Order: sequence, then structure tokens, then C-alpha cells
Amino acid sequence: MKKRLERQTLHLYVDGELDMKTASQLKNMIDIDIDKKGIRTVVLHMDDLHFIDSSGLGVILGRYKKLLPLGGQIKLTNVPPNLYRIMELSGLPKIIEFSQEETAL
Amino acid sequence: MKANRISLTFSSLPQNVTVARMLASTIGAQLDLPINELEEIKVAVSEAVSNSIIHGYDNSPDNSVSLELEVSEDNLTIKVIDTGCGIKDIKQAMQASFSTDPERMGLGFIFMQSFMDDLQVESSLGSGTKVTMVKRINRQHPSSH
Repeated sequence: MKKRLERQTLHLYVDGELDMKTASQLKNMIDIDIDKKGIRTVVLHMDDLHFIDSSGLGVILGRYKKLLPLGGQIKLTNVPPNLYRIMELSGLPKIIEFSQEETAL
Repeated sequence: MKANRISLTFSSLPQNVTVARMLASTIGAQLDLPINELEEIKVAVSEAVSNSIIHGYDNSPDNSVSLELEVSEDNLTIKVIDTGCGIKDIKQAMQASFSTDPERMGLGFIFMQSFMDDLQVESSLGSGTKVTMVKRINRQHPSSH
């Protein structure tokens, strides 16, 4: 998973599958940067994500809940349409900002 | 289409969730199910197996989960069976946003219910849980096989 730090923003390029195994890795990766590096905005680039289940969604929601009292936020970008359908069913787009960007990395 | 049965028993390890959903999706692909339905099966199996590992076995890796796939003329039936702690209140567990863990969304059963055509949960405290999910196979269009 590629990552890029930009001041207080962490960009993560999430690829492959986000399930209970990989979700806990993602959680640890983000939490270290929030706790140790003072990251307050997390942008998850989902272009190359192929699968997500409720464990993956739970970690995204959990980071939202962690960042909120710190004045931070989490954003999702370029979510593939088939995965957006699953996210929509979870209600996540109602509380978290989703966007599409045209430019490549 | 001939009837087919496959069963697989695996350790309650997180990496085996991938194995379980790939197997179910491979069988679904053999039945010419459309891609969106294969995606749904993958999510449903992932939820059921994750539930067994996380809740049934409290993340202990020394137990077993069984996946049973059964193909009949009209249905793909998927069973996920564990011998874990069981579910205290199935009705409550199946409600949206009920989770015993704040990091989780409590959507496991909601996804299984939404993505499969039928869902049954049998559980008894201390002896385990069996989730039975059915995907109907629409054979309106004659298969090329």
C-alpha cells in the first residue's frame, strides 16, 4: 500500500481486498500516523481496491470516530462503482465525504 | 447442471476468510452467475466466516470453520459452520448496527440478508452457529455449456 504524507494529511492508496485481515493492518497504519505524527486528515484513494466487507467499512468508520474529536476528518476518493454500492448500503456516504478525482497519481 | 457438493474445513485464521470467499465465488462463476451476484456472494461469505472467527471464537486461531457449498438445479446453498460460543440473541444480532464491538458496524447479517435470497441462522450457546444462505440460480437464459 503506497502512502504519502503532506503536512497534516495522510494519503493512502488502498489496494487489493479490505477484509478482517487487511482492515486491522490499515487501522494500525492510520492510527500510528494520527497518534505519532499528528495527522488530522486521512484521504483513502480507493482506485485499486477490489473488495470490501463490513470489517473494512468498520475500520473506516472507526477512523472517522477517532478523528472527529481531534478536529480531523477522513475522506474517500475514487471508490469503484461496485464497491460504492456496498458502502451505500452501510450508510457510510451519509457521514463521510466521497469524491472522484480525474488526475492520476 | 449436475448437483455438486464441496466442503472445506479450515483454521479460524483471518487469511482463510479470503480462501472461503474465493471458493464460493469460483463455484458461483461455474454457474454463470452475473458478476454483481458473485460480488454479493463474496461479501456474504466474508461476513459469515468473519463472524465465526471474531465472535464465535473470539479471534482464537486454534479452532475450525467449515464451509459447505451445495449446487442444485435452482440454488447455490452456502453453509458456514463453527463450534464457537454461539449467539445469545439471534434476533438482536441480526438487527442493523448491533455490534458488540464499537469498531465494527454491526452490518454482517444485514449484508448476508441483503445479498442472498435466503438466510437462516441456527445457534446454541456454547456449541456453535450455523449460517445457511441461498442464492437462486436464474436459468432463464439457456447456458452455452
